[in-house]
Amino acid sequence: MTSRRFSPLSRGLLAGFALACVLPGQIGQPLMVAPPGKIAAPRGGTSTAKIAVQVRAGYHVNSNTPDDEYLIPLVLTWDSSLVEPRETVYPKPESQSFSFSPKPVSVYSGSFEIVTRFSVPAKAPLGPAVVAGRLRYQACTNTMCLPPRTIDVKLPVEIRAQQ
Amino acid sequence: MAIPVRAAVLFLCLILAACSTAPRGRSAASSVKPEAERKEAPDFSLKDGDGRTVKLSDYRGKVVLLNFWATWCGPCKLEIPWFTEFETNLKDRGFAVLGVSMDEDGWDVVKPFVARLGVNYRMLLGTDMVAQQYGGVDALPTSFLIDREGKIASTHVGLVSRRDYENDIQALLTTQ
Repeated sequence: MTSRRFSPLSRGLLAGFALACVLPGQIGQPLMVAPPGKIAAPRGGTSTAKIAVQVRAGYHVNSNTPDDEYLIPLVLTWDSSLVEPRETVYPKPESQSFSFSPKPVSVYSGSFEIVTRFSVPAKAPLGPAVVAGRLRYQACTNTMCLPPRTIDVKLPVEIRAQQ
Repeated sequence: MAIPVRAAVLFLCLILAACSTAPRGRSAASSVKPEAERKEAPDFSLKDGDGRTVKLSDYRGKVVLLNFWATWCGPCKLEIPWFTEFETNLKDRGFAVLGVSMDEDGWDVVKPFVARLGVNYRMLLGTDMVAQQYGGVDALPTSFLIDREGKIASTHVGLVSRRDYENDIQALLTTQ
């Protein structure tokens, strides 16, 4: 099944379906992470993972670079025992105004992606593996905030011989 | 194709239905509950910034605004100057504010924060146990107005107006 067979509406609906299949423990949470698809990781090379995130309607989360030192940023971290995370790119934040703040707040809302580039050691063990990640965030609405939470992210990888 | 799209539409509807339950700040009541409907405020024992133990029961006979908050909570920050004014203006009438910070990082973050905002009321460091005693306190700010008998007269979850607080406090100060 390829995306060519779907209209834009269908693709949007299926994206919603994919996000409905969230990682365990996220039901009812203000932020959900879709289970990431398996990525190929060539020994001695690099590989990129895209993590799809959905913030529930009515909520926002602080961006990776909040303007206030007391606000808790959204941060994705990875276990580096198998592959080495080299760079994590967060989306450009929105600057939203809220009644509780005299100045706009740097946030994410709706759907967005976080991209991490990994380098694969030349001697990494071949075959399937899982890279463990943790996404920490803190969510609010226009009138209240929820405590900071951390979601476990499991990225399936297939480590292959160098080509 | 038709069946998968229908299934996707169904799932999307379920997602939207779930989204509609997103909590919003609300005032449980714009006025205090009748005395007969009030429940005992659970007593607790917490430390203040100087390491002194503070019990809620120490405040029996006063009207208490018990405010759960955190430094990372924007709406909480808006309320704090109101509470500071209430403390200044009403403490001689038997009123007190008790702030309970739910910051995981403790006094290291709370002390400089309250100093910067000029907080003049008693600040305590909360625990999960005390939060559970008060229904979990999942959303911040959450505030309880406690009457002179130590009973919860009103509850506010999320940001409400300063006027809502003033109305409730005045009602409790003038009727008892």
